[in-house]
Amino acid sequence: MVPRVILGGGIVKGMIETARNFVGSYTDASRLTTVEYPEQRIPLHANARQFPFLVFDGTDPMAGLRCVACQICEKECPPQCIYIIKDSVKKPDYLGKMQMQPKVFDIDLSVCMSCQICVEVCPFDAIKMDTEFELSNDDRFAGLLVNKHQLAKPNSHFARIHPAEAAEVDGRLAAEKAKAEAKARADAEAKAKAAATSPPPAGNPSSSPPPKS
Amino acid sequence: MPTDVILWILGGLILISAVMSLALRNLIHCALFLMVCFLGLAGLYLHLNAVFSGLVQALVYVGAVGIILIFAILLTEGGGTETGSHLGSQWRTGIGLAVLLAFALLGAVSNSPQTTQAARHTEEPTVREIGLKLMTDYLLPLQTIGLLLTAAAIGAVVLAMQEPKPRKDETP
Amino acid sequence: MEPLKGLLSTLWKALTDQPDPKAPFLESIPEDYRSLASAVLSVAPILMVFPLLFALTTVLERKGLGRIQNRLGPNRVGPAGFLQFAADGLKTLTKEDVVPRAADRVVHFLAPIALVIPVLLTFAVLPFGRNLAPIDLDAGLLFFFAVSSATELAVFMAGWASRNKYSLLGALRAVAQMVSYEIPLVLAALSVVMITGTLSLSAIAAAQSPTPGSFLAPWYVFTPWGLMGFLLFMIAACAEANRSPFDLPEGESEIIAGYYLEYSGFKFALFFLGEYLGLFASSGLAITLFLGGWNAPFAFMQGWLPSWVWFFAKLATLIAVFIWIRGTLPRVRMDQLMGLAWKFMIPMTLLTLVAAGLWHRLPSAPLRWVACTALLAGAFLVLGRVLMPRTRHGRRVYRYAD
Repeated sequence: MVPRVILGGGIVKGMIETARNFVGSYTDASRLTTVEYPEQRIPLHANARQFPFLVFDGTDPMAGLRCVACQICEKECPPQCIYIIKDSVKKPDYLGKMQMQPKVFDIDLSVCMSCQICVEVCPFDAIKMDTEFELSNDDRFAGLLVNKHQLAKPNSHFARIHPAEAAEVDGRLAAEKAKAEAKARADAEAKAKAAATSPPPAGNPSSSPPPKS
Repeated sequence: MPTDVILWILGGLILISAVMSLALRNLIHCALFLMVCFLGLAGLYLHLNAVFSGLVQALVYVGAVGIILIFAILLTEGGGTETGSHLGSQWRTGIGLAVLLAFALLGAVSNSPQTTQAARHTEEPTVREIGLKLMTDYLLPLQTIGLLLTAAAIGAVVLAMQEPKPRKDETP
Repeated sequence: MEPLKGLLSTLWKALTDQPDPKAPFLESIPEDYRSLASAVLSVAPILMVFPLLFALTTVLERKGLGRIQNRLGPNRVGPAGFLQFAADGLKTLTKEDVVPRAADRVVHFLAPIALVIPVLLTFAVLPFGRNLAPIDLDAGLLFFFAVSSATELAVFMAGWASRNKYSLLGALRAVAQMVSYEIPLVLAALSVVMITGTLSLSAIAAAQSPTPGSFLAPWYVFTPWGLMGFLLFMIAACAEANRSPFDLPEGESEIIAGYYLEYSGFKFALFFLGEYLGLFASSGLAITLFLGGWNAPFAFMQGWLPSWVWFFAKLATLIAVFIWIRGTLPRVRMDQLMGLAWKFMIPMTLLTLVAAGLWHRLPSAPLRWVACTALLAGAFLVLGRVLMPRTRHGRRVYRYAD
């Protein structure tokens, strides 16, 4: 009521507020929200994202790389900043199956718009969003073009920056692995049982029932 | 020949800046030199111990009249530089008349009672005395001047306020 | 050796409020040079103290504004950032001095000088302590106003000489603002002159000394008309110094730096210096007129600290208030600014004069408090109410769209 009636009432109210801000900046942590970067940093929240990186399991970056060069991310990327060339040599994945691998996996960071579509469409949880933002470089063309060696980061890094997501992915992959192992054991048992109960077939493939996969 | 150095300096400053304010081409430069001339005059008053006159000269002439002059020049598109000679076609007659006028003035000043008689030592009027005189002996001139200034201020406001009234057939 | 001892003795006498402080030094100087030495002794402290104060104020302002705005101010140079002014000074000294090709070189060069000289001159009449007024003029207040009116010319010169339409616009706005706010400034000061009966600033400061046996010092700000006069004087001084919220001529977000746009390096620093020194001078005048000059607020405090300590403490408080206001208020628009000066402040200052006269005439009793307070408060409320924009809620009328 008072500020509306008296000329200058609003000024007084404003000055009280700024005084409160001034005094509070020394006493109350919520009043002084500035952080002296780069000595102090604000912890990033859980969904922070900057540019993609490639996840690898284990210790060897190239051998444990989850990426199978399916090129889905390259096709789905809106600004087309991913460049993949498949390798002719194959390598085993975490389940033991032979998969293709990328010979060249380049991302142009000056083009990437951090939309996360590559992460959303990857069927192999191979590409995830990193939170590293201090990427300044002298060369704005070659300096911002990262290859697969620079992009490959261990799963532990992924677990550190996005713990919840990493836990979910790890759980899922572990479940797949367990299922695959259980199936492999069941298959092996069935094969052993089949080998034990009936004599080995004499080579007539049409008589024996087709193996269930 | 007065030996007062400051008088010579101030006099020279006043004369030179007055001449420059007439001789320059750019009107704003002329106005600025006129301000220097006014400042010189204020200095002269202060040197002659007329403190009130000197300070009021600085306050009114430099601070107010100077600003008005400059605004007038700017608002009437005088801010540019003139081209061509601005001496006028009859400048010789002008100079002759000016010399005659100078002689006449010099004669009048040197024969005036203030110069020929010995200077009487009067008390320097303090601001208090000036104020008392204004309020008692010179009250009528003071009020008349006040009325004049008020009329000028009101007239300025009225002149600035008038908008052209839209005619009946025009859309407002 | 003798002059040095005389100098130290003078310094001691000046700092401890003893009468005639310049005597020891002047006596140790040969006769012929005494007037020159006296002048230098008056001028040198001002030239040393106030630019330092300016430097300190720039740092404190940035830190203070930062804290008000939820951030830290400069905190890298020196302890807690307090040597920032040295970094700024070095920067302005070593910057390239750019003068636009179309600019009027002579006037462009003279403008910052023409700004700083009158502002420094105004410090000559302020009484910094009991016997510490550099010049004790009988018409000191008039001198102050006469000299500070020369700064308007300098502002115009700066804006016009740059041959830049935004500079010119800023300069004309600045000159209009300074001229408009000079009237309430002088009228507010006039009420003090009327009550004290003298234009001499030393006498005005001395008139507010506490008499023995009183509790409160008779500062003029402790009276209704004095309080109103002080508020109006502060607003007008803020506008005279082109300081936020009246910094439209500078308008950092609109016309970048307004009239000193085309200045770089040391000339810009001179403008900055001139502006802040003008602020100090106006604050000093407000302190002398309304806040009792070098007097303590209470009678029993009078002997505790030297008189100049009180003066500078009050100056520091006023500067802090100016910084506070700068951090609080948004910029005032040009027409609002002019409306405030002509429609609100001039009537209020005239009424303050009337109230001061009433105060002087009525017997000292509750009557004069009631009468003056009622007059001023009533006028403030009525004028404020009348001048506040009335929100017209109705159909919107478009003037030019058919």
